[in-house]
Amino acid sequence: MTNHWGDIANSDVVMALGGNPAENHPAAFNFITQAKDRGAKLISVDPRFTRTSAKADLYAPIRSGTDVAFVGGMIKYVLDDIEANPANYNLIYITEYTNAAYLVNPGFKVAAELEGLFSGYAGALNETDGAKKKYDKATWAYQLDDKGVPKKDKTLKDPNCVFQVLKKQYARYTPEKITAICGTPVAAFLEVCQTFASTGRTGKAGVILYAMGTTQHTNGSENIRAYSILQLLLGNMGVSGGGIDAMRGESNVQGSTDFGLLFDSIPGYLGMFTDADVSRQKYLDRVTPKNSDPTSANWLSNYPKYITSLLKAWYGDAANKDNDFGFHNLPKLETGKNYSWISLFEAMQTGNIKGLLAWGQNPAVGGPNSNGERQALAKLDWLVASDLWMTETMEFWKAPGVDSSKVNTEVFVLPARGSFEKEGSVTNSSRWMQWRYKAADGPGEAEDDLWMINKLMLKLKELYASEGGPNAGAIVNMNWNYGDPPDVRQVAKEINGYDTTTGKQIDGFANLKDDGTTACGEWVYCGSYVEPDKEPDAPVPGNRASRRDLTPDQFNIGLYPKWAWSWPVNRRIIYNRAAVDLNGEPWDKEHPVIKWNPTKGETGGWDGDIVDGNYPPLAIDPVKSRYPFIMTAEGVARLFAQGMADGPMPEFYEPWESPVPNQMSGQQSNPICKVWRPAEHGEADKFPIVGTTYRVCEHWQAGQMTRNMPWLVEMQPEPFVEMSEELAQEKGIDNGDSVIVASARGQVTMKAVVTKRFKPFKMNGRTVHEVGVLWHWGYTGLSTGDSGNILTPHIGDANTMIPEYKAFLVNISKKV
Amino acid sequence: MADKAILYDATRCTACRGCQAACKQWNGNDEVIPTVANSVGTINRGSYENPPDLSPQTWLKMRFTEVESDGKVGWLFTRQACMHCTDAACVRVCPNGTLYHNALGFVAYNKDTCTGCGYCVDACPFSVPRSTRNILTGVAKMDKCTACTTQGLNRIEATDAEIDATSLSWAGERVPACVKTCPPKALMYGERADLVAVGKQRVQALQAKGKAQANLYGETELGGLHVIYVLDDSPAVYGLPVSPQVPPAAIAWKDVIQPLGWFVGGLTILGLGMNWLVARANAKKEAVK
Repeated sequence: MTNHWGDIANSDVVMALGGNPAENHPAAFNFITQAKDRGAKLISVDPRFTRTSAKADLYAPIRSGTDVAFVGGMIKYVLDDIEANPANYNLIYITEYTNAAYLVNPGFKVAAELEGLFSGYAGALNETDGAKKKYDKATWAYQLDDKGVPKKDKTLKDPNCVFQVLKKQYARYTPEKITAICGTPVAAFLEVCQTFASTGRTGKAGVILYAMGTTQHTNGSENIRAYSILQLLLGNMGVSGGGIDAMRGESNVQGSTDFGLLFDSIPGYLGMFTDADVSRQKYLDRVTPKNSDPTSANWLSNYPKYITSLLKAWYGDAANKDNDFGFHNLPKLETGKNYSWISLFEAMQTGNIKGLLAWGQNPAVGGPNSNGERQALAKLDWLVASDLWMTETMEFWKAPGVDSSKVNTEVFVLPARGSFEKEGSVTNSSRWMQWRYKAADGPGEAEDDLWMINKLMLKLKELYASEGGPNAGAIVNMNWNYGDPPDVRQVAKEINGYDTTTGKQIDGFANLKDDGTTACGEWVYCGSYVEPDKEPDAPVPGNRASRRDLTPDQFNIGLYPKWAWSWPVNRRIIYNRAAVDLNGEPWDKEHPVIKWNPTKGETGGWDGDIVDGNYPPLAIDPVKSRYPFIMTAEGVARLFAQGMADGPMPEFYEPWESPVPNQMSGQQSNPICKVWRPAEHGEADKFPIVGTTYRVCEHWQAGQMTRNMPWLVEMQPEPFVEMSEELAQEKGIDNGDSVIVASARGQVTMKAVVTKRFKPFKMNGRTVHEVGVLWHWGYTGLSTGDSGNILTPHIGDANTMIPEYKAFLVNISKKV
Repeated sequence: MADKAILYDATRCTACRGCQAACKQWNGNDEVIPTVANSVGTINRGSYENPPDLSPQTWLKMRFTEVESDGKVGWLFTRQACMHCTDAACVRVCPNGTLYHNALGFVAYNKDTCTGCGYCVDACPFSVPRSTRNILTGVAKMDKCTACTTQGLNRIEATDAEIDATSLSWAGERVPACVKTCPPKALMYGERADLVAVGKQRVQALQAKGKAQANLYGETELGGLHVIYVLDDSPAVYGLPVSPQVPPAAIAWKDVIQPLGWFVGGLTILGLGMNWLVARANAKKEAVK
């Protein structure tokens, strides 16, 4: 989240789009209720009417997978309205804090001009040759002056300025077009536009709440980009009650992302190493953003400090100037190769991967095309799985239809402890690192994850030291000294970082160095665990995550700055320097996040939240000041983003499997996506119904924790498929019937929930049905049944490779 | 002691059913969820609602109602549990005083003396109490919500020492389990008079937002309920009786037949006594002879 859970209460309009907080984030709904008490409006945009929709002031149905069209239409509405009613928008924010005024290379062509493709595409429309499915981004660039600084036109009139390019790109996204694509009635769509655009007024704030309904698409990243553009045009980033808030579905999934659990990043969102990075310097040359604008802070120019401190944390004394801080030890990705979830399971299928550690996850239920992933598990030599309960992954050889005598995989089960049976920190969606303590012993032989990884690493070090092996240095030289059994506070201290000469904890990443005198395990967490005398009142002195002080913040907007610790540097609302005008005065007087105080210190200073870039306001001291979005190289927020794989601004493409041709252009689906299994592409004549997957309040993820709880199983005892009354009638299905749902990958049997809450989509003169299936179930535990993921495809987003769980094609029939 | 109450605001409720699970957990009703082979004894009947009805093991359950008018769909959530009426039909019909009003105003019961006659089951205008007969022992007992005042599981009147003694501490907050767990704060617990005032404010705010049908349910019904509902539509839409009444038979029972019964019983005893006296007098006469 750019903001935090409690800040939702300060919103004027809350839009849940691609998320269902009432059902999947029930405890957080209290903050939405508080906002509503203040008069805020709640908008729910969802393929079906959910428990969130039931509490919403406004509900708009949307066909799964058409979010870019929907939000693109909202962007067009706002762009038109900015010209018609400029007084209703914060034009200073748009011109000064975003790249709206920046001039783009005249050779750049938007998708509106090239039949759905941007300039630089190597292939033809609907290219099938994987090698040609890529962009040359030469034209996706700013025009630079002779000093290398991007050229600007603050009147926003130049046809090449981002604002005008944006208008050109979204001119096609008319309400009628949106209805033809999304199936949203024009009136409902316009009401959403009007209501949310009302937050464009200076001093008003709207927040977008999203979850997997947004990300799990072949266009998932572009969905988020569309939100960013909308929120920037409305001046909603950095302000209280605004922002783009990813509602995390697991207690510590924010923490795991922060610590580089994905294949393409290392702790602190630093770039992964590739085989082209033959030295630390080569790596830094590739990843460190460059900038020539003197008014841009370009904070990530500090990359060398963060990476060197990380190497010192990992390799300790074995990392020094003479050996390039042990950079050679690091395992590196093969250039151009993808190591995402889908790729890994495909590699298991082909026998390239022989062993798997499945830690706190259950791919046999949660993975896309889960029948395929279960088959992949059977190709392994060994599988180590750790969980609180026996899972479908541990017992994949017991799956229906599997002959266990033919499975040669050796399976080891490590019983794990629950979160209340171990000490440590959990980082929530608000980016709050919250310390918690062991409340009970684990059952039987259960151990905590740290204990397991510690034992494993100590043994590996011992074996590599005595027997050697490929790249043995990576393991043998590893700085690993948490004790045995390990002390989790020791780990937390290393994450924060320390001075390698004095051993003292470092207070804040501004103090990290690139000369090896500091070590830091995760730079955005630097400042979380300091010397005891710096934070003496914390329950664990020095450990700021352990703080439980509910003293309100200076402006009383619900920041609670002494409760736990928020990354980065305890900042509660990131990009908060966009919450003030050029003089440092808050746009929103009712909820000021920060405020320039000329009497503070010798030259003035900021009051309120920890300021995002401690520079004076742009109009107060133009020389010392810096643009507010210090994490981009240019210092302003991006309406036009060169870093994306599939276009610098979002263009609508149909999901990989879709019942209709793309109404926006001749390019049917995302032109960059890698297709793994073309034979498993479902065609609309055989599978005419849109399918999507979701969860219910009563169950959680792959179900190990909830399908073993009698109270919860009693409330939701079986997997079900939700469908409209119209579709049920067409198929002769009664409420409560057993139904077969089939896709090109497989089929499941589920109970029919026939409901008024799903309606057929009327699009462009045709009717398209959609059904939703749950995926919480499997073949172990107190309650068993089919997982909806047996139906989902092995295809991922063009940028992140997150699987397209949310839009695919199915057919249904009554089970006889 | 002033009466306590629970305020349920249907407009805030997201039907997460934390209350339903917490009720079972606190009151030990989880141990008797009927299990069949490898599963629990419920099935999906084409609805989110489960189990299908209240039972001796289900004292609180959420009801889901889909409505549609003018092309707009709605999904209404209602709490179904004991309303703790002031004029409680169950207390009226209970033949031996098993059901009674406790000091907080809630309808409590003494399970030891319950004979399982089932009169309360038939009399309740909200159809709440449930009783099942054990087919082996033949014993029947009624069960229902006690607002967490059941002896041994009393969250409301427990002393500090009792709270400390339990391994399941609840931070000393003396509210029913359902209220404690409610994430969107749709449930509140407190002085009945205070909650009526809060409820009236909420109703006014809803009406100001254009919800003309918003109403406070339970302020005056049956002498005042101890579970009060904030509704944004008529009680009938939420499946609640618009004007709940104690059944005439229950009034007849408690106010006419039962007193009459005592009167007739008294007369009988009196008659027997007279009989004895007359008989003794006659016997003495016989002896004198």
